Amino acid sequence: MALPLAFRIRPCGDAALTVEFGDTVDPDLNARVLGLDADVDAAKLPGVIETIPTYRSLFVQYDPVAADFASLSQTLRTLAETAKPHAASGRCWRIPVVYGGEMGFDLEDVARTHNMSPAEIAKRHQAATYRIYMIGFTPGFAYLGGLDQTIATPRRAAPRAVTPPGAIMIGGVQACVQCQAAPSGWHVLGRTPMRNFLPSREPMFLMAPGDNVRFHAIEARDWPALERDAVRGLPVAELVPA
Amino acid sequence: MSVLRIDAAGPATSVQDGGRFGFLRYGLSSAGAMDRTAHETANALVGNAAQAPVVEIGPFPARFAGENAPVRLALAGAARAADIGNRRIALGESFLLAPGEALSLGAARGGVFSYLGVAGGIAGTPMFGSFSVHARADLGSPLPRPLSAGDKLEVATADPLAGDWRLALPPPDPSPIRVVLGPQDDWFGEAAVAQFLGTEWQVSPASDRMGYRLLGPKIAAARGHNIVSDGIALGQIQVPGDGQPLVLMADRGTTGGYPKIAAIVSADLGRFAQTPAGTSVRFAAVPIDDAQRITRLWRQKLATLPLARETAARPLPTSEALLAANLAGAAVNALDPQPWTHKE
Repeated sequence: MALPLAFRIRPCGDAALTVEFGDTVDPDLNARVLGLDADVDAAKLPGVIETIPTYRSLFVQYDPVAADFASLSQTLRTLAETAKPHAASGRCWRIPVVYGGEMGFDLEDVARTHNMSPAEIAKRHQAATYRIYMIGFTPGFAYLGGLDQTIATPRRAAPRAVTPPGAIMIGGVQACVQCQAAPSGWHVLGRTPMRNFLPSREPMFLMAPGDNVRFHAIEARDWPALERDAVRGLPVAELVPA
Repeated sequence: MSVLRIDAAGPATSVQDGGRFGFLRYGLSSAGAMDRTAHETANALVGNAAQAPVVEIGPFPARFAGENAPVRLALAGAARAADIGNRRIALGESFLLAPGEALSLGAARGGVFSYLGVAGGIAGTPMFGSFSVHARADLGSPLPRPLSAGDKLEVATADPLAGDWRLALPPPDPSPIRVVLGPQDDWFGEAAVAQFLGTEWQVSPASDRMGYRLLGPKIAAARGHNIVSDGIALGQIQVPGDGQPLVLMADRGTTGGYPKIAAIVSADLGRFAQTPAGTSVRFAAVPIDDAQRITRLWRQKLATLPLARETAARPLPTSEALLAANLAGAAVNALDPQPWTHKE
């Protein structure tokens, strides 16, 4: 027998709210979020402007002139009770990464933390298949789950003011593909020439929540050619069966 | 076309409009004017649509020069000295800048951002539906970055014979900034929430269009300062491990992993954004229903700005403006007040 689905709806000020399903990184929970997101999109609710599906909640931005919190919450409650978990997309992105050196300047530190060789960290990072739980923070930044727990590493005590575009990072049990340069307390293991967000390309964004990701190592000498392709709008990352 | 040339600009001067919507799910926040009341006021004063792009001017002195043809402008937002040569320019009143003239602005006093409305608008190609500069995302039009000395904006040529408008600007409101608690106020516990609401916070100089840092006593979250990342609304207040609240503003990250204690009511966001670094601010919690009532009233008030404006008293135009207007061709008597009265 299925247990009743627990969730709560809370205001994020007077023009947004969040439907919280939980507070953990869990694929079933994320599938619920994506299911509700699809239903909210299909319902074309008056006043709803846009949504952000996250690891564990659906963020809903709305116009408080066109919708009030109480009645919008009631509508969302009904949708959340009946929303079907979203089936995984089945898409898997195979992303090229230059590990270590100046492209992955934290790889050696992470290796020391775990008493492993840098090559072993890179190997374990490549062995996993990750789920994209959400896109957020900066344009095209993909939050991943599925990191090998043996290489999970707490965030840096002092965040860096800038980490490079294309940074492949881990922070705690989370992993990511960063698209644009941004401050971060996560550890940079490597860098990809792939651009998840490119305003001049159609589509502008390649990856979506519910997709999967795998990483494979490339040599630093392969970088310039791939970088040129990426700037021209080629995906560089390949779509492979999950 | 006229040209508005930037001769001097502080680091926080950029073209902004009503913001960019529909891209939160891709990690792109709205950007847009930090003080929407002042932004819409500047547009109403030059007869533009409410959400049209304006120049948002940071707290430092700035200087703009006109080229080619006259431009009609208006300033709203933070108070500051403004003059064209020896001519004093009042806030909340439109004015003509003739080619060859320069508008000099002093540093902001008691505020942060001023808004320069340009009659007829600024030329550009909106990116994702908006002119707003989002510096971190390399977006914005006509330039995807803040303005600096030497930049030129193509702007609409003004009709020098059209009249000017004036709007009575509301006096400064020193009352606490209203917030709605949540969504993670229960992570903090009642004592921490009471401490947050009872503190006179100081705005840190380390504040910008992404976020304002608040300095004061350490606010400790009973359940810790790391949550699994979720969405972030404009004006939401998160509290990282150092206990110093961070208010997320127009250029914020769209998601984050610190618990959020409250969010500023939309109607009070502009007033909060105008709090200068080093000055203090207090918060007062209101129930969500009240917050939405307050915001609906504020939006109604903004919508009626074009009706509230009055025709401004006309000083005699400068000789430059008269030359630019090619008055001989139009056979207008410059001393006759009639042509300068705006026709509604």
